[in-house]
Formats: sequence, C-alpha cells, structure tokens
Amino acid sequence: MLRLFAGLLLALSLLANPAAAVLPDEVLDDPVLESRARDLSLELRCLVCQNQSIDDSNAELARDLRLLVRERLIAGDTDEEAMAYIRARYGDFVLLRPPVQKSTYLLWYGPIGIVVIGIVIVFVTSRRRRAMAATTATAPLSEAERTRLDAALAREDADGDKS
Amino acid sequence: MRRLLYLLPLVICIGIGLFFYRGLDLNPRELPSALINKPAPEFELPKLPGRDVQQENDGLARTDLTTGKPVIVNVWASWCIPCVAEHPLVDRLAKREGVTVHGINYRDKPDAAAAWLKRHGDPYDKIGKDESGRTSIDWGVYGVPETYVVDGNGVILYRHAGALSPEILENFILPLVKDAG
Amino acid sequence: MIAEIGHFALIAAFLLAGLQSTVPLYGAHKGDRGMMELARSTAVGQFVLVLLAFAALVNAFVTSDFSVLNVAQNSHSLKPMLYKISGTWGNHEGSLLLWALILSLFGAMVACFGRNLPPSLRARTLAIQGMIALGFLAFMLFTSNPFDRILAPPPDGAGLNPLLQDPGLAFHPPFLYFGYVGLSISFSFAVAALIEGKVDAAWARWVRPWTLAAWCGLTVGIGLGSWWAYYELGWGGFWFWDPVENASFMPWLAATALLHSAIVVEKRDALKSWTILLAIVAFSLSLLGTFLVRSGVLTSVHAFATDPERGVFILGLLGVAIGGSLTLFAIRAPKLQASGVFQPISREGALLLNNLFLSAAAATVLLGTLYPLFLDVLDAGKVSVGPPFFNATFGPLMAPVLTAMVIGPFLSWKRADLRHAMQKVWLGVAAGVGAIVLTLILSGVEGVLPAVGVGAAVWIIAGTLLELAERVKLFRVPLGETWRRARRTPRAAYGMTVAHLGVGLVVAGVLGATVFKTESIQSMKPGDAAIVAGYTFTLDRVERIQGPNYLAERGVFRISEGGKEIATVNAERRNYPVENEMTTEAGIHTTWVEDLYAVIGEGAPGGGWTTRLYHNPLVPWIWLGTIIMSLGGVISLTDRRLRIGAPTRRRAAVGGAAPAPAE
Repeated sequence: MLRLFAGLLLALSLLANPAAAVLPDEVLDDPVLESRARDLSLELRCLVCQNQSIDDSNAELARDLRLLVRERLIAGDTDEEAMAYIRARYGDFVLLRPPVQKSTYLLWYGPIGIVVIGIVIVFVTSRRRRAMAATTATAPLSEAERTRLDAALAREDADGDKS
Repeated sequence: MRRLLYLLPLVICIGIGLFFYRGLDLNPRELPSALINKPAPEFELPKLPGRDVQQENDGLARTDLTTGKPVIVNVWASWCIPCVAEHPLVDRLAKREGVTVHGINYRDKPDAAAAWLKRHGDPYDKIGKDESGRTSIDWGVYGVPETYVVDGNGVILYRHAGALSPEILENFILPLVKDAG
Repeated sequence: MIAEIGHFALIAAFLLAGLQSTVPLYGAHKGDRGMMELARSTAVGQFVLVLLAFAALVNAFVTSDFSVLNVAQNSHSLKPMLYKISGTWGNHEGSLLLWALILSLFGAMVACFGRNLPPSLRARTLAIQGMIALGFLAFMLFTSNPFDRILAPPPDGAGLNPLLQDPGLAFHPPFLYFGYVGLSISFSFAVAALIEGKVDAAWARWVRPWTLAAWCGLTVGIGLGSWWAYYELGWGGFWFWDPVENASFMPWLAATALLHSAIVVEKRDALKSWTILLAIVAFSLSLLGTFLVRSGVLTSVHAFATDPERGVFILGLLGVAIGGSLTLFAIRAPKLQASGVFQPISREGALLLNNLFLSAAAATVLLGTLYPLFLDVLDAGKVSVGPPFFNATFGPLMAPVLTAMVIGPFLSWKRADLRHAMQKVWLGVAAGVGAIVLTLILSGVEGVLPAVGVGAAVWIIAGTLLELAERVKLFRVPLGETWRRARRTPRAAYGMTVAHLGVGLVVAGVLGATVFKTESIQSMKPGDAAIVAGYTFTLDRVERIQGPNYLAERGVFRISEGGKEIATVNAERRNYPVENEMTTEAGIHTTWVEDLYAVIGEGAPGGGWTTRLYHNPLVPWIWLGTIIMSLGGVISLTDRRLRIGAPTRRRAAVGGAAPAPAE
C-alpha cells in the first residue's frame, strides 16, 4: 500500500492535463526527420503516465524524451540506434512494441500458435465425427433409393441457393 | 485424449488465476533500473551556487564515483514533495551512517534549490546541477526522488525510485554499502 | 433515511438471491414445479429491490446528500444535474450497483418473457444468474457499500473528475454494462444447459435474443467510449489498446463469435461444445474486466480505486464462477452429441472459420494485455505491450474474418460450391480490387496496407449489398417479384446485412482516422491562419469564459474552403477549480464524411497559442458504423421467429419439397 502511495507521489505529472502533446517548438524543420521522430515517439512509453506514448503525453519527461529523440535523429542516428539509445537508459519497459527475445517468444508467436492449435483441434474433432458418421452408415442403397436420393439432393442444391 | 482437450480451458484459467494472485502484490508501474551492475554514465555537472558549505563545491562528475569507496547518489528537486518527506533519511545516511551522499539537483531553479537546502538541511557531499535533466536521463531517472547505490568502481548496484523508507535503508541500501565498502 | 432504505434493499436482494440460487436448482433436480417457479418470483423481486437501492443512490447524488460517503467523495453541489445523476455510476461502489442492477434486470426479463422456455432450463438459468448476483451483492455489502455514511458530513463534495463530466461518457457505462453484464445470461443459459446435459437447436434459439441484446448494448457502449476519447482527449485518437478498453473488447469479440456459433447449433446441430464454451468465456472475460479495473494489477488510464484487498475478493468470485463453470464444462461437454456433419467449404465451415479467428483475436488481446503481468510474476523482466503489438497482430487475424463474412452468406449449408459462390460475388471482389488500385494511384499515402484496407472496406460493403441483391434476385426478375421476395425475407437476414454493412463502415472509418488524416501543429495569434488538407483555419479570437463549474480559455476558429467560410468551431481549455484539473474540449466540425478538428493549447509567453488542427476523413463512419451494427442487431431481435420458439421438423413426403427454413 505504501509502495503504491509512493509510486503515485513519484509520478508528478500524472494525467492532470490530457491535452495532446507535441509543441510547435519541438517540430523539426526537416519533415522527413520530423515524421521519423513522430513515429518513434509513438513507440516509446511515457514512464510517468498511465499507458500513453511520449507522443501523446504532455508530461515533462515525455517532452524531454521527444526532444532527445529528435536530437539523436539530427545527430544522424538511424531509427534503431535512436531507440537503442533510449532503451539502454530505461530498459525494455520503455518500448511499447515488446522486443522479440526469448522472454517474448510466447507473446509474438502466440497468436499464430493459437490459430494453428485451433485448426488442429477442428481437424481432429471433425475427423472423429466423420468417422462416427461413417460407422453408422447402413446397407448400400438400392437403385430406386438412389434415384430418389439424387432427386432430393438436386432439390436441396436449388434450395441451398436461396437460403 | 478428448477429455484432456475439454480440460484445457479450466487449466488455462487456473494458471491465469494464480498469476493474478501473485500479481496483486506487485506494482505494475515500478520500473527496475536498466543500469544495475553496469557502470554509471559518463557525466560532468556544474556546481549548485549558493550552498552554505565549507568543503569544495565544484559540481559532480563521474570521477567522484570511482574513488574506491561506495557512495550514494540522491536525485532531488525543491519542487518535489516526497523529497521533503525522505530528507531526514538522506540526512541519516550521511551523518549517522557515515556514507558519502552526493546529490543531483533535477530540473530545478538554482536559488530555489539553495533555499530548499537551507531550510531542510544540506547533508550532501557534492551536488551536481542538472537543469536540463539530460544527465538524469542518462541515469534512467524517470521521476524524483530516486536514490542510487554506486560501488567504489562506479558501478551502479541498486536504484530505489520514490521516497526512501527505513526498511529500504536497512534491508537494501546499508547492506549493499557495507558489502561494497 | 433513504440511504438506509437503499442499504436494506440490498441486503434483502442478497437474501433473495440466496433463495434464487438454491431452491430452483434443487427443484429442477427433483422435478418439483413449485420450487422451479420460485426462480421467477425471486428474480423479479431481486430486480425490484436492486432498482430500489439504485434509486436511493441516485437520489442521494441528485440531492447532494454529502452525509453519504460515496456522494461526498464523488460529487459536488455545483455540478450540472446530468452529471450528478451520472456520477452515481462514475465511481467504484456505484458502478457495482449498476452491475447488480443489470444482472437482476436480465434475470427478471428471462423470468417474465421466457415463457416458452422449458421450466427446468429456466429454473436452472435463473439459479445461476442468482449465484452471480449473490457474489456481486456480497462484494458490495462486505467491501464496497455505496451507502456508507460519514459521521461529519463535509459542506461540499470532492467533485467528479472533469473528464467524466461529459454526455458521451455519462451514458457509456449504462450501455457498456447492459452489454457485458448482459452476457451473464448467456453464461447462465450455458451452465444450465451443461447441468441439463442437453444442448439442442431449441437452446440455441433461446440463447440468441438475450445474447443479441447484450451484444447490441456492448457495441454501442464501446462505440460511445471510443467516440468520447476522440473528442475529449484532444488529439483525435480513439483507441489505445489500454487494458480496460481491451477488457470490454474481448467480451465483444467472444460475443460476436457466440452469436454466429449459435446459428450453427440451431440450424445444423453442430459446434455445440464450442458454443457453450464461448458463452462461458464471453462472460468470464467480462468478469475479468471487472477484476482488471478494480484490483490495480495492471496500469490503465481507466482504473477505478485500485485496492488489492478488493482485488482478492473479486479474484475469489472469478475463481468460483469461471472455475466452476469450466469444471462443469470439462465433465459434461464431452457428452454433448452433435449430429450435423459438414464439409469444410460450406456455410458451417465459414462460420467455423469466423469463430476460430475471432476467438484467436480475443485470445491474442488477452495475451497482450496480461503478458506484462505474466513476466513480472515470473521475475523475467518488465516489458510493455502497447499499441504497436496489438496493431501488428489484430489486423492480420481479422483479415480472414472480414473475408469469410462476405462469402459465407453465399455458401449453402452442409456443402457448398465455392466457385459457384464466388461467381455471385465477383462484383464485390472487383470493387475491392478496384478500390485498392485507385487508392494506390490517387491517394498520397505511401504503402500497400492502407490501400488494402480501403479494398477491404469496399469489399465488405459491396459484398454485403450483393448478397441482399442476390437474395431478392434484383434485376434478374421483375421488380414486383423482387419486392415480394424482399418482404418475405426474414428480419434476421436484414439484420445481418445491416450489421455487416456497419462493420464495413467502421473499417473505412478507422482507416480514415489513422492513415489518411492530416495534422498541423503551430503557434497562432488571433488573426493567424493555417491550411490543413485544403481547409483554412483562422484563429479569430481567444476569450475567457465562465462555465457552471469551470473557467475556460476559448479559441474561436473560422474554417473556410476555397475562400468560402463553412464553419466556426470553439476549442477550449477548461480549469475545474474544485477538482483542480484541466481538460481540453476540441472544436469539431462534422460532416457525414469527415471531421475538421481544432485544439487550443497553452498560451506562450510571447503571445501566441499552441494550436493543433486536424483533418480526419471518414472518422464519423466509425461511430456511425457502430450504431448501424447495433441497429442490425436490433432488427434481428425483432424477428418473430426468435419469440416463437424452435421450428418443428416437418416430415416431408418423398417427392414433395419441405420448405427449407428460410434463412
């Protein structure tokens, strides 16, 4: 409880003023660099806010980091280098896109894994059901029954278009 | 085999529930320092004018952290309320426990900082003035107050974010300083 | 006095819920009609009592009775009346009371309108519903009593967070709760069916209207929340993959899958286990959301009072409800016999595909939301899982759903000819591809994905309309015949068309709001102008105004296009002195196809003001789309067949065609 309280105190520029964030004096003259800076800012977490990026937050630390990103880009860093610079100081938590590493394999490969598992389950259960249906098949049809069956199927096809 | 499949949702939920149970004790906003067991960043901060202090007051730099003796670096500001709350403990570290405590004054107005020290006491050895906050960013500071334990070779051993408490002192900071000393 | 009445009403409701949870279950087991019928009277009684309690709390807020702790903490005498009322549910305790209200409302509705349900199923369903209500009433009575008094009432209250003092957000909780609390009844039906050991077409038909009603509410609720974020938070964002947003979205995904899955159970007697599981999972996700918001386990902009002790209670509630139902599922579901067999390429197949990917999407959102906690507990580091992750994974998972949802209605049951179906919808494919090409050529936006998105939206809208046209054989038979067919088309089919159209609109709107928007940030003095996407915004003046409980700085913008003035908008920065908080109100000019959006920021010492100006094309379609989706659901609800009951199988003489259930 105490820790929670201290944490709250620590975050001094909390969600008091939810106005959008980038100020005119931060905007770089070079539109390409500025666009890169905005994209990178969207990937960096505002550490004193509740779930915002530094692009969205008007906390002081968010502004400092926005300026820092722009500084790094002007100094010639690539996108990866600028992000690595910030990550070296604040750790993985500052990245809103979790890095793909051993601890996050489950996260990144999870979705496709879930789909695959789902498809497998569907296959397994449908095969079982088909097997059950097959074992309940009766004696082969007679000629007359076959004709009736074909007629009924043809009708079902025609109806199927309607439904 | 099929039975096991039907059991899967339950198993997953129990797992998630256990995580939640443990998670209730954790603080999702607490951020561990990225610099633990790494050398402190290279930096040189100017002095804070107006200090009421006899010893040499020429700012704080990385060289002050590699003297062979472990030190504490406390990040503070005059506009920070928890800093007032924890200040007696900083005082205790410096005076009673005899540990060298340096300060980084974070994004502050120099006269306000000096006045704050006069009012609440100045237990710091050296103080570096970080008005832009850039050096603090190099330290991975994300709020004030923060307190770092640095060993004699300039390696950061520990970081506490938030106001200090006697438990933090006794359970973490003092033992680390003793071991490193 | 009134607060005490409310409190006693809650206690009485709690006792009634206790009766409702136990006697009817036993009665169903024994076949005792009287005990089973007790479910209906207790359900209605519980609703009346909880309504009484709710009214008592609303009264306390409306009369600004600060001797009630909840009112003192969350209200203020200067607040406008609408927000005094909505403040009732804008806090932890009040929102729990809203939970209990909707829980009991759905129970009462089943008691009153579920006349054609078999008594044992109804009794068991209401019993389960009663158990859930018991849990929530207990939670309130023992940890979060809205009627606690303060011995020394303050002269005035602490006020309501200004962000919540807003019409959109005032109505967001009631709709949202109607939705995801309403899913409780699907849950109860599912558990009751497991107890009975029987899931058949009749069950699916009974479950559908309730699920549909809840789904409509949830759709509107999420839409309202998103719309509020868009116009209130000041930068045109409308979805942040925040844990609490995800907590409402996951039940929606599961409920959508449930709705579609129930169709297969009803029509083809297949997919039973999956449907039951979805019903349980959808409500479990709602319960999970409640836990996430109130326990402090995850960071979120939405979190209520975060209190780990309350968190333990809710976790216990979750354990009993979810653990219990899933245990029952593990034991009973294997015994559910399905009889419908179908080929992969068939309408069932398309619905199954839909289910699979919707469920995977819900699971992915869950994974991303909980992953930071997962790693933290394992001491494996701290990561953030933010919008970049969700955007990267959710889109691809939705692609198959958006494809199948257009083709599916063209496929026949049991086995279908894909080529045949594609022939009917080729126009839709062509339209989609054409849209992709046109976007690549005409729009200034880089990248293939935006064009694909536009293509998807066009594909959905065109394909859905084509299906309706096919159904009535538009232009292929005389108009009179088309009209006759249209009149014979069941409402549920129209509901589907409308709802799917809504989805297409939402996809288009989301694209417009993200990829195709234009932003301009600058400092302006009165008289300055800025051009955004061909529109000229002129800052006319900045004035100070006084509201009922706030002071504001208002920037008046005149917007013109090609020299002709088209609108004036007001953008404000408000300061609420009581709560000591600031909000921004964007100035928005909406047409049916785009938004022009102005925000005024702080004044700089030099004299100018920071302004942010946006052109957001197609954004209104997001909200329009969600309303239309919900409308589709409502249209489906009015289908008479849902009230009549399960169709009886008519034995067709060989050679005579039995009319296939027309849908």
